[in-house]
Amino acid sequence: MFLYSLTLQRATGIVCACYGNFIGGKSQEIVIGRGKILELLRPDDNGKLQTLLAVEIFGVVRSLAQFRLTGSHKDYLVVGSDSGKIVILEYNRDRNAFDPVHKETFGKSGCRRIVPGQFLSVDPKGRAVMIAATEKQKLVYVLNRDNAARLTISSPLEAHKSHTVVYSLVGVDCGFENPMFAAIELDYSDADQDATGQAALEAQKHLTFYELDLGLNHVVRKWSEPIDNGANMLVTVPGGADGPSGVLVCADNFVIYKNQSQELRALIPRRADLPADRGVLVVSASTHRQKSVFFFLLQTEYGDVFKVTLSFNDTDMVVTELKIKYFDTFPVTSAMCVLKSGFLFAASEFGNHALYQFQGIGDDPDVESSSATLEETEDGFKPIFFQPRKLKNLIQIDEGESLMPIMDMKIANLFEEETPQIFVACGRGPRSTLRILRPGLAVSEMAVSQLPGVPSAVWTVKKSVTDEFDAYIVVSFLNATLVLSIGETVEEVSDSGFLDTTPSLQVSLLGDDSLMQVYPNGIRHIRSLVRINEWKTPGKKTIVKVGSNRMQVVIGLSGGELIYFEMDPTGQLMEIEKREMSGDVACLAIGPVPEGRQRSRFLAVGSYDNTIRILSLDPNDCMHILSVQMVASPPESLLLLEVQASTGGEDGAVYPASVFLNAGLQNGVLLRTEVDMVTGQLSGTRTRFLGLRAPKLFATSVRGRQALLCLSSRPWLGYIHQGHFLLTPLSYETLEYAASFSSDQCAEGVVAVAGEALRVFTIERLGETFNQTSIQLRYTPRKFILHPKRKFLVLIETDQGTFTTEEREHMSRSAAAQDNGMMEIDNQEKSEEEPMPDEQYGYPKTDSRRWVSCIRVLDPKAAATTCLLELQENEAAFSICCVNFHDNKNLGTVLAVGTAKDLEWWPKRRSMGGFIHIYRFVEDGRSLELVHKTPIDGVPTALCQFQGRLLAGIGQILRIYDLGKRKLLRKCENKNFPNTITSIHSYGDRIYVGDIQESFHYVKYRRDENQLYAFADDSSPRWLTASLHIDFDTMAAGDKFGNLFFVRLPQDLSEEIEDDPTGGKIKWEQGRLNGAPNKVEEIIQFHVGEVVTCMQKASLIPGGGESVIYGTVMGSVGALLPFSSREDVDFFSHLEMHMRQEHPPLCGRDHMAFRSAYFPVKDVIDGDLCEQYPTLPPDLQRKIAEELDRTPGEVMKKLEDIRNRII
Amino acid sequence: MQASDRFNINSQLEHLQAKYVGTGHADLNRFEWAVNIQRDSYASYIGHYPLLAYFAIAENESIGRTRYNFTQRMLQPCGLPPEREEEA
Repeated sequence: MFLYSLTLQRATGIVCACYGNFIGGKSQEIVIGRGKILELLRPDDNGKLQTLLAVEIFGVVRSLAQFRLTGSHKDYLVVGSDSGKIVILEYNRDRNAFDPVHKETFGKSGCRRIVPGQFLSVDPKGRAVMIAATEKQKLVYVLNRDNAARLTISSPLEAHKSHTVVYSLVGVDCGFENPMFAAIELDYSDADQDATGQAALEAQKHLTFYELDLGLNHVVRKWSEPIDNGANMLVTVPGGADGPSGVLVCADNFVIYKNQSQELRALIPRRADLPADRGVLVVSASTHRQKSVFFFLLQTEYGDVFKVTLSFNDTDMVVTELKIKYFDTFPVTSAMCVLKSGFLFAASEFGNHALYQFQGIGDDPDVESSSATLEETEDGFKPIFFQPRKLKNLIQIDEGESLMPIMDMKIANLFEEETPQIFVACGRGPRSTLRILRPGLAVSEMAVSQLPGVPSAVWTVKKSVTDEFDAYIVVSFLNATLVLSIGETVEEVSDSGFLDTTPSLQVSLLGDDSLMQVYPNGIRHIRSLVRINEWKTPGKKTIVKVGSNRMQVVIGLSGGELIYFEMDPTGQLMEIEKREMSGDVACLAIGPVPEGRQRSRFLAVGSYDNTIRILSLDPNDCMHILSVQMVASPPESLLLLEVQASTGGEDGAVYPASVFLNAGLQNGVLLRTEVDMVTGQLSGTRTRFLGLRAPKLFATSVRGRQALLCLSSRPWLGYIHQGHFLLTPLSYETLEYAASFSSDQCAEGVVAVAGEALRVFTIERLGETFNQTSIQLRYTPRKFILHPKRKFLVLIETDQGTFTTEEREHMSRSAAAQDNGMMEIDNQEKSEEEPMPDEQYGYPKTDSRRWVSCIRVLDPKAAATTCLLELQENEAAFSICCVNFHDNKNLGTVLAVGTAKDLEWWPKRRSMGGFIHIYRFVEDGRSLELVHKTPIDGVPTALCQFQGRLLAGIGQILRIYDLGKRKLLRKCENKNFPNTITSIHSYGDRIYVGDIQESFHYVKYRRDENQLYAFADDSSPRWLTASLHIDFDTMAAGDKFGNLFFVRLPQDLSEEIEDDPTGGKIKWEQGRLNGAPNKVEEIIQFHVGEVVTCMQKASLIPGGGESVIYGTVMGSVGALLPFSSREDVDFFSHLEMHMRQEHPPLCGRDHMAFRSAYFPVKDVIDGDLCEQYPTLPPDLQRKIAEELDRTPGEVMKKLEDIRNRII
Repeated sequence: MQASDRFNINSQLEHLQAKYVGTGHADLNRFEWAVNIQRDSYASYIGHYPLLAYFAIAENESIGRTRYNFTQRMLQPCGLPPEREEEA
């Protein structure tokens, strides 16, 4: 088996971010690292974040920094990755790509303890960069420029210190003096030697300053001073002429300003409801600098943002006071960027990202703590408290959707649509959501208006070529035509010159400023209101089909006659040529007039005899047939679309101009065939089934480029995105007819008719694969299942260390009461305020031994929760399944939920046992009713139905339960599993048990002896996080380190076990090295690079083959498609090989090494690498294509084809 | 050090041990071995963000706090070192 791996939805979580001027010019951009993807974002004028570029680097982005050489106008990007190289990138605007400027190897690849890459800091003046590892190694590179003003980089200078752990690293701003770097370090060498533990207790963190002596070209430890032992993060304080220099040290509960021989300390205010034993840790920071003013925004682990300011006197730059003031609260971020344009980009750790706009900079009085008023009492420093409040200084203006973390996923067609929906449980705590993903683009509807009748067609038309916006919307009915003019409002007009007593077949702009209306009996050419030329059809013939562009018109008369008209230089429409076709014409199309030409060269004619012909329109061989294509069913609609040549730019890819013939057939298939621009020969047909109705094709524009709109049983958009032609469904209803629409309210919209309504909409978030709708949940979703018969979801949600809903309500009530009593001044204001939404504020923290949990029944169609049971007495739900008990048929399907009681992780994982709850579905499955609850001696971490009984994995025990009257009854057990059972699947009498640490165990149940025994297991340790049953002998799974693998029991072994009357039991008794007698074989192995948390087999397209769909903790969704032919395997493995050679990953990690990070990659072809093919320069594309004995077009067709088989 | 010493196996090993933290030697005891493994593991958790996020979800802490805790545990990942036997 060979698989093709393709990421359908890129990771949506953000690891790190930095901002600067990467394009050059005034605007500021943000570069974000999404794990293995680098992305360049820019907030546009409307404050929406636009992705300019996203590139997969096949490595791990761990840190990012930006620097600028003095006098330059553009920033460079430094990437700390797992490649063991320092990588400096420059954004290339022409190609829309990052160009590697330098890639210097300094160590081994991989995220290792002593190989630098984890920390990265640059000198604020851009003269040096320091890259450090978690332990010991620090390297400094001097940055400079050569005579040609190119960036140069020195050999590394070492600043190593053994036995030292680094917490944080920054470049110190000291103007143009020697560059300095500051690090928080902890030396552990003494603690390792001292058996009494004294040294470990006394271990002291130090703040160390490293100086790069530019004259002597070496690095020295300038000074090192003890610092607060809770220190975790450093922030650079502006220096030189702008400020006092030094660093802010963020520590548990404190922020400390530190410079040589100076220390100022201020307390971070605490939330009033925070338990006393919990510290307050700063997790992300951002600096705002403006000429002479600067301040810092620090965010704590609870989401509160504080503004930190320093007071200093301007003459000697000595800091006198450090102030921390409460600013606002928003969800915890992994990185924040304050942009010069007054935006704050907040990259959330979990859940959606946000872009805020500053409303104020926190100048109003608020809770504040200062170094001057720090009070020390007997029990330490006196805390300062505050109540979080709603956003005051910020206002959210845009949101970036993030699925991180995906906890569970199910794919099913609950809504009975054409394609299945993907249900994803994601998020954490109060920001948890259930999201319904549908392949396709989101559509935002701008207007819907009812029409007097059922329209058959719609067009938009400009008055003149130079007009920016459309002037009229023309709607044709069965026996009339309605003209609407577009202005401030859209209203009916009668002075447009169009004939309104007849239906229309085509309305368009002709020449520079005349309009044309084609109706069944003729052509009306409206040159102005007084100069209307009419052409009438001869005899009793009527016009049935029309094809036209700005200069050319072809009409098909009933009976199969084609008449060709062309606009002459005087603006007159002249009949040029006629041609009799063999039968009626099914459809016609003329391509748009190419830039700088008189006419388009090709006419496409579809006939009912299942052919499409290309006819020439050249004066030399006018109406001669150039080529013929036979198709499977009569064509319904044709569209010739020109793909303009691209030389990169914002589009990101280089390809020559080409013409594509698109044909919608009556069987619902769309054909895209390339037309040779000289000979008109057809080649390279791509086929795609769109839906049950014959697709109608319309030209529209997307980002100023031509695009294709196909209306089948649902609308599709075909457009070019970063070099790929994407054909994506729109999440909108079935449409009859459409036209592109442009007005000053909406630049690139679509107007369409469906039923009796006229609809105007725009298409959003181009390039996305899925659009999502989300349903709010209460706690972190752990697992969910689909009710097998009724279309409901049952979820279990569990959170640690927080209060139950009742307790929270009680607290907020009493807090409100207290407030009212205490603050009489604010009284009126307070009472009007609503409580803070938990999504913004987070749940209040409490003892980590407290758990809250609930079971929810959700109707996804109505997006409504029909039943919600909150578990009591510190129980936490971890497993769920539906069971039909064999001996208790009258109960029907029941729900089993495994819970843990009083679970704690630290210092040791233990619990007071657990329970299995059995619920009965009532009210048609909408609600649950407890049948009984069985105490268990451990935590049931996995449940599964097995032969009409319940299988439970309880720690190391696999047990079969049957339903009793009062509780579950133990029937059989096996206690010999290595650690903790995390998943159970069953098929026939085989059980596949997944262990948390030791991969799969294949277990057999012998009914006659009532015994469970493992007959096969895996030879490699695998920390399973997701598992999937593929077939009788095969299991697929994901492990904690980001690998995906398939294991299979060899055929002969499997047969032997099935044939053996003892079922391999004799062998099992012998065992082998504490393991099972047989071993499964690994048949597939692939490193995804993100922890896979859920997998499912599904087909996302109607009639397509199944692939394995997986979701990861970083919020990405990927697919593994089995290859169906050996030929494809050969082709793609060669393509992958050439791509590896010719296009090595951007950040210097070897592609093969990355995909084999833990285990050698086996039989999986990386589609993400192959799909980078269109972004290569054309000569390289040709070179690779030649090696594969194909043309670049054929290679791209292959890539498109295989993508179309997945989604 | 004499020139010949530089190339014998012991000095090469010493060089390796000095350069690559965690390189083992014949007298490595169980504790030292475990400490090295633990520190390597924590460094790997810190370096692989998805893994860090996975732990953060399990512990219901912020990722920043989880990262800090892991770094903190690198000081003494396996508890106290054993009493050193007095060399005879």
